[in-house]
Amino acid sequence: MAAAVLLRRVQAGTASRRVAAALPLTTPARGVSDSTEPLTIETSVPYKSHIVDAPAREVTTTARELVSFFRDMSVMRRAEIAADSLYKAKLIRGFCHLYDGQEAVAVGMEAATTRADSIITAYRDHCTYLARGGDLVAAFAELMGRRDGCSRGKGGSMHFYKKDANFYGGHGIVGAQVPLGCGLAFAQKYRKESTVTFDLYGDGAANQGQLFEALNMAALWKLPVILVCENNHYGMGTAEWRASKSPAYYKRGDYVPGLKVDGMDVLAVKQACKFAKEYALENGPIILEMDTYRYHGHSMSDPGSTYRTRNEIAGIRQERDPIERVRKLLLTHDLATTQELKDMEKEIRKQVDTAIAKAKESPMPDPSELFTNVYVNDCGLESFGVDRKVVRTVLP
Amino acid sequence: MAAKALREMGRRRTAAAGIGRRRGFSEDAAAAAGVAERKVGGEGKELNLFTAINQALHIALDTDPRSYVFGEDVGFGGVFRCTTGLADRFGRNRVFNTPLCEQGIAGFAVGLAAMGNRAIAEIQFADYIFPAFDQIVNEAAKFRYRSGNEFNCGGLTIRSPYGAVGHGGHYHSQSPEAFFCHVPGLKVVIPRSPREAKGLLLASIRDPNPVVFFEPKWLYRLAVEEVPEEDYMLPLSQAEVIHKGSDITLVGWGAQLAVLEQACEDAAKDGISCELIDLRTLIPWDKETVEASVSKTGKLLVSHEAPITGGFGAEIAASITERCFQRLEAPVSRVCGLDTPFPLVYETFYMPTKNKVLDAIKATVNY
Repeated sequence: MAAAVLLRRVQAGTASRRVAAALPLTTPARGVSDSTEPLTIETSVPYKSHIVDAPAREVTTTARELVSFFRDMSVMRRAEIAADSLYKAKLIRGFCHLYDGQEAVAVGMEAATTRADSIITAYRDHCTYLARGGDLVAAFAELMGRRDGCSRGKGGSMHFYKKDANFYGGHGIVGAQVPLGCGLAFAQKYRKESTVTFDLYGDGAANQGQLFEALNMAALWKLPVILVCENNHYGMGTAEWRASKSPAYYKRGDYVPGLKVDGMDVLAVKQACKFAKEYALENGPIILEMDTYRYHGHSMSDPGSTYRTRNEIAGIRQERDPIERVRKLLLTHDLATTQELKDMEKEIRKQVDTAIAKAKESPMPDPSELFTNVYVNDCGLESFGVDRKVVRTVLP
Repeated sequence: MAAKALREMGRRRTAAAGIGRRRGFSEDAAAAAGVAERKVGGEGKELNLFTAINQALHIALDTDPRSYVFGEDVGFGGVFRCTTGLADRFGRNRVFNTPLCEQGIAGFAVGLAAMGNRAIAEIQFADYIFPAFDQIVNEAAKFRYRSGNEFNCGGLTIRSPYGAVGHGGHYHSQSPEAFFCHVPGLKVVIPRSPREAKGLLLASIRDPNPVVFFEPKWLYRLAVEEVPEEDYMLPLSQAEVIHKGSDITLVGWGAQLAVLEQACEDAAKDGISCELIDLRTLIPWDKETVEASVSKTGKLLVSHEAPITGGFGAEIAASITERCFQRLEAPVSRVCGLDTPFPLVYETFYMPTKNKVLDAIKATVNY
């Protein structure tokens, strides 16, 4: 299926107060193909599998879908680069983890799921939020801790959520979201919804004990959960081979089947997620190891070049970049011209800049927000100002 | 200018920090290292806090061949540069990276210490210590007791940066010390400055009990003072009276000392004489020093960054009320973090800032 994610994004939040910015990108530039005729493309590399038969390498797509992939990934790329500058300008405080390089995972997964399926991830969550139909203004407002943010400015970079799209967010502690994902899947199964949960974690989190606890429960109760290991090869500043005896994360489930997927190839991701969804509904958990790469450091305090060479990063950019791969496909199949894609990127740049400007206008949360949402009635909290005889209040 | 003022504070051997000043800890490792190298006359070099910790770790590894340093990313210096150069000097068998698995790190450290080694484990942020909570509380703290002294893990020291940093948000700012103060068998130590950090860390590493050592991450680069170059230890479970005073006793630890220090100075302008005490070790804590002070002043204020309810300030208030009931002239005042999760925005609202402390000092003195 996979309609253009951006189109859905516009429709997704009609009722939401956060949809401040209408996205001006609904009409593609004139010559870009909008065809829905099926197109078969082979994935870059074959899948590797563990106790399961891998899906075929031939992926069916359409020109329209490829264009939407290109556009969505470019929006994400641009947004992350903009976030980098905002952080350096100290407009974003706190911790900030960027996703650029890994866009194909979020976009490919979105193409294979519906919004009734759940997604839960760790703190590198900006683009997963965007893929689920998140609004750019709400994203930037959240990054800057503003009132119109997707978590009302109370979460920040690591804590994006989108309930109407079943995006369970943004979790700060490495690996802690994985058992949560199994709980989501249990509820889905119990309600006989025929939906699944995509439960994301990184190669660093793959060594956390609770992952294996969750895996056992998921397998034991045949939960419709897909454990997606986004393997970007570095757990913070430590290369995977320094931290993992077996970096074949798709085999780590032992009794749980797994697939290794080229996470830089959006079509391969789409195919694998579609396969995994069907598999999980029928048989219980499966692991998808997405072989991907982050161009930025782990967080903004990590230059990302002390534990790996600049050549390595440049090499990946040149050989495996997910956006460039789709660009090449569009050009070789004559679905768009170089100039048209460039124009599209220019437009996206403008769109992101507009969103940032809008987000900057959003005010800080009201100071009383400090005390809300701690408990359901926010009882028992008290606060006092400098002269507490005057300002001391016990909030309701 | 701020840095200069801080260095001067350092020379006077006080806790040095600019609370309220927003300063990132992540941007300029090189610049900070430059500061650390600056030489002054007298007994030692001017060092910032992370360099003092680094020196202590060098000494610990140098003086005991059975000591080990490990944790997430420590091999290349750690996110706060506390372990810089250790792997090169002492080799990858003694200084090494672990996977990202805090429970595993703590459990592994308990086992290593149980074989008579000094296991110095790092949990990258105190906010990440909770997966290791079980190992620390149930395994480390009770090993000696439940084996009737047959076994112990006394060589265990867990280092972890704690506290606010200006913009850390929910999971890089918490102060979880009170959780560990509820566990007999553990020691909890928090230094306030570079000199203190070096001496207390060496004492903690060499103490025959498992120690949780929280380092105030706000001060890693901000606090600079003269630190003796030699190997020295400061006694655990011994509070220090930093300033003598007669009107009210202020008790705190770690980064909060700098806030209390500023409040003391401002209170002095209003003619209030504060006695300032750094508790240094939270459990087992030095009740006598605090009691003696409160017996003299008749008033007590405790201040910490952690939320007020169930914080360690409550324990101090209760104990001192018990011991000094007849001599107390006002209720014990607590100026602490608010009972909310650590906020992303409005961190300054949450924090027990100087003005809040000053206000409480006045309210208590004029009770």
